[in-house]
Amino acid sequence: MSDTLFDRLGGEAAVDAAVDIFYRKVLADDRINEFFDGVDMDKQAAKQKAFLTMAFGGPNNYTGEDMRKGHAHLVERGLNDSHFDAVVENLGATLKELGVADDLIGEVAAIAETTRNDVLGK
Amino acid sequence: MPTILYEGQDYHCEPGESVLDCLIRQGVSVNYSCKAGACQSCMMVAVEGKPTPASQVGIKETLKAQNHFLICSCVPETDMQVAAPDQAGSRFDTAVLSVDKLSADVVRLRLARPDNYIYLPGQFLNLSNEAGAVRSYSLASVPELDDFLELHIRHVPGGLVSGWVAEKLQAGDTVTISQAAGQCSYLPGRETQPLLLVGTGTGLAPLVGIVRDALRQGHSGPIHLYHGSSTAEGLYLVSELSAMDEANAVFHYHPCVSRGTPPHGVQSGRATDVALADFAQLSGWRVFLCGREDMVKTMQKKSFLAGASIQDIFADPFIDSAGAGAANAV
Repeated sequence: MSDTLFDRLGGEAAVDAAVDIFYRKVLADDRINEFFDGVDMDKQAAKQKAFLTMAFGGPNNYTGEDMRKGHAHLVERGLNDSHFDAVVENLGATLKELGVADDLIGEVAAIAETTRNDVLGK
Repeated sequence: MPTILYEGQDYHCEPGESVLDCLIRQGVSVNYSCKAGACQSCMMVAVEGKPTPASQVGIKETLKAQNHFLICSCVPETDMQVAAPDQAGSRFDTAVLSVDKLSADVVRLRLARPDNYIYLPGQFLNLSNEAGAVRSYSLASVPELDDFLELHIRHVPGGLVSGWVAEKLQAGDTVTISQAAGQCSYLPGRETQPLLLVGTGTGLAPLVGIVRDALRQGHSGPIHLYHGSSTAEGLYLVSELSAMDEANAVFHYHPCVSRGTPPHGVQSGRATDVALADFAQLSGWRVFLCGREDMVKTMQKKSFLAGASIQDIFADPFIDSAGAGAANAV
């Protein structure tokens, strides 16, 4: 058995499998989809992939500062904890759909949780 | 050690160093974010030298075919010349072969194809008028089938470039064009995949090129082309496309008008709505969208929500040139 969470989830192939499902759930979710109106979908999908790679424990160089800057304009538009929760919920549902075990989903959610304060500019 | 040529300057790579790290170390300001091959914000074009396979993982196939790569993930094996994706362009002077009307307000411009002019059907080029105003127009021609370049240009009242084309240009004149760009093209492989193409107005031009190219390459899955216009007068190439539909079992042409009573053989409604009513499930489809920006963006989202993979949706929004300077083909 491999050691890292990223390996146990299936690495890059798992991210590729998850990104369409996750992004589709987010766009279909009326609690949060207004924040995605008018974005460039190709660029947004690449960002989702970077986020999923990080949440899966994969290679990344994201800093809290990146997260703050990247979401500041959304915080101004009212982005709050309920929206963050909705994203984490969609992330969990995506992994469930892909047949990922609950304990691994918990680990992914815990990594995503570490970005909450930076994303929400707290 | 490999050397990277960027914006006219040579940069020497240390062993094991990525192109991005090499440029950063030497004080070059470039776009990047994740440095892990995920966010794609550091994408560049290899003008000379081959990108490593690792640096093209996850990039859209059409961009891969044009040597786009992620500089954070490329430890170069050979010397390379790299450029930002929108600055790799060069210019060509070429002769006008013909100017003729396809409909009341659409002009077909055919240009001699310059030697070494490389393009994929569905890409666009920039056309400059004599005063230097620039507009983007999509190519309707296919390099393997046509020895000319074909553009469909809507004659915009007061349009600097379209007015010049429609009113002044004649066969034998010389015009200046850029190299072709854009990633809305058909690439071979997965030839049984169903294709959905939706275009409004002169968004038909790139789609015609893509359809002819797919048929040329032996695409065997169904190909559905929806062309929308507000009125029947705005449709063009109707008889040519109907003949193509007759001649090719896999190709289906669906002209649509959104206002008034449609003529025989034309469906009523907006092209996007008609297409989604015909095909509500797009899982596994490849989708091409060209035309007005609002239509393209809305349909891109709807296609994705209907199941098409984001990697399989190719969109070319035409930005209205009124406010946007050198924008895409209106």
